[in-house]
Amino acid sequence: MSALTSPSASAVSAPAPMLALDKVSKRFGGLSVLEDVSFAVPKGCVFGLIGPNGAGKTTVFNLVTGLIAPTGGAITLGGESLIGKKPHRITRLGIARTFQNIRVFKEMTLRENVVVGMHTHLGYGVPQWLFSLPGYRAAERRAAERAEELLSWVGLGGRASDIADNLSYGGQRRLELARALATEPSLLLLDEPVAGMNSGEKDELMAVIGRIVSRGYTIFLIEHDMRFIMGLCERIAVINFGRVIAEGPPDAIRSDPAVIEAYLGREE
Amino acid sequence: MSDWLDTFWAIYSNLVLTIGINALLALSIWLTLSCGLLAMANAAFMGLGAYTASLLTINAGAPFPVAVLAGVALPTVVALIVGLPTLRLSGVYLAMATLGFGEVVRIVLLNADSLTGGALGLSGIPQLTQWWHIVLAALIVLLVLRQLRRSRIGRALEAIKEDQVAASLMGVDVMAHKMLAFALGAAIAGLAGALSAHLSSYIGPGEFGFDRGVDILTMTIFGGIGGLTGPVLGAAVITVLPELLRSFRDYRTMINGAILVLVVLFLPKGLWDPARMRSWFGRKPSYAPTTGADSPSAEGPR
Repeated sequence: MSALTSPSASAVSAPAPMLALDKVSKRFGGLSVLEDVSFAVPKGCVFGLIGPNGAGKTTVFNLVTGLIAPTGGAITLGGESLIGKKPHRITRLGIARTFQNIRVFKEMTLRENVVVGMHTHLGYGVPQWLFSLPGYRAAERRAAERAEELLSWVGLGGRASDIADNLSYGGQRRLELARALATEPSLLLLDEPVAGMNSGEKDELMAVIGRIVSRGYTIFLIEHDMRFIMGLCERIAVINFGRVIAEGPPDAIRSDPAVIEAYLGREE
Repeated sequence: MSDWLDTFWAIYSNLVLTIGINALLALSIWLTLSCGLLAMANAAFMGLGAYTASLLTINAGAPFPVAVLAGVALPTVVALIVGLPTLRLSGVYLAMATLGFGEVVRIVLLNADSLTGGALGLSGIPQLTQWWHIVLAALIVLLVLRQLRRSRIGRALEAIKEDQVAASLMGVDVMAHKMLAFALGAAIAGLAGALSAHLSSYIGPGEFGFDRGVDILTMTIFGGIGGLTGPVLGAAVITVLPELLRSFRDYRTMINGAILVLVVLFLPKGLWDPARMRSWFGRKPSYAPTTGADSPSAEGPR
């Protein structure tokens, strides 16, 4: 692990780590997927995780969101341990994510998709919904308005009543983003947000993510598209075969010999 | 006119009330289906409700409302206990586990002679169920489920059906919602059992076995699980169909089966499928920039 931990010229202002992984490992049977993975995502930062296919990037996301449990190590969000917590608890603590293979609720409308993300924030009880009391109706109305606001924020304004399945690929990715934002996260995990997009769609999404960043969210993203990740991230961690081989600002990563070797192979 | 109605009621009251009971049963399994769970325990829950309520009115002389409430409460509690381990399963595994539970209930009812009358069942149950009890029960259940569907809970159930991993990452407690659907379904099945036992005055363990479980599932799937109309319609059609086919005598069940097969083949989403109806009757589906109020699960502002 080449330690490039000193804060660089880039705008890593807040030193407090939002998300920290400490010696996290994951084995599936005899197969070791992650070994002693440690890095910290600073608050307010755009943090990239890159690495060749099968390096274990999505596994990191699955561990952070509680979908799978680590074999060892510690994962903390703002100092609070996430180990052993169920995914919905972790979401309520302020982590939201999108998926590499899109997982929108296809048969629901865009509005409904986003309102599902507000599940925990719709604080009405049984009597309210059972008898359509004003509290329920006001909360649902606010949720629908907020959903439309979020949808237009990601460039899907005016399509709230469409069925999600009818959206284009890029549209579904943006819907996932709006839905993730609806959970009111402090940390947003994006798993290959521009995979399979054409360059026009990529630029659009980059602009959307730029807008999200400017609102003060912390973003932790996995991406293969180097132009995208170098242009967006303030810090980058590189993993290969389940180990962190480099971590630092984009310029340092670009010239790191271990990274070049992982991507291009060794000169014989 | 009222003569005609009297005659109609004298002949068909039983059929009409059976539709009501079956509609309750269809709605009970709809709840678990609506979050993607294939749980086949509803016949057993119906049996538990029927026996609990009947034993209370026969042996303890309990007032009817108390007996019905107990017939709702016991299956609910049992569902909460059974659901905890089984609802972690999915697909056919859950179906197998819940069918197994149903068999256990049937065997217990069959062998606990001293309490349940064993294979002879319970007879002489006072006929306390009035026609309006069933209508009222069906209406209340429909209204509650309608409100539930429009709430965050209904949306969560639908999200779980579509993708439970994504739902959990939206902050939805998947297990709690599955338990709720299962237990509420058990409560409705218990209600149907308690009411039907006091309608027919006799119950036996054979009524609440595998066949009944399949019947309940058939009604709901046949009607369509996209909304509340489907199960009710399915219950009505499947209850009435054998009566309409009476003139075919020996071929009755065969024709009945053939109709079911044809409907499932050609209407895979059931009889009541708003999206298909829109496409059949000319209106453009989903793209129209309306409020979406005509979509089956529209939650939007009204």
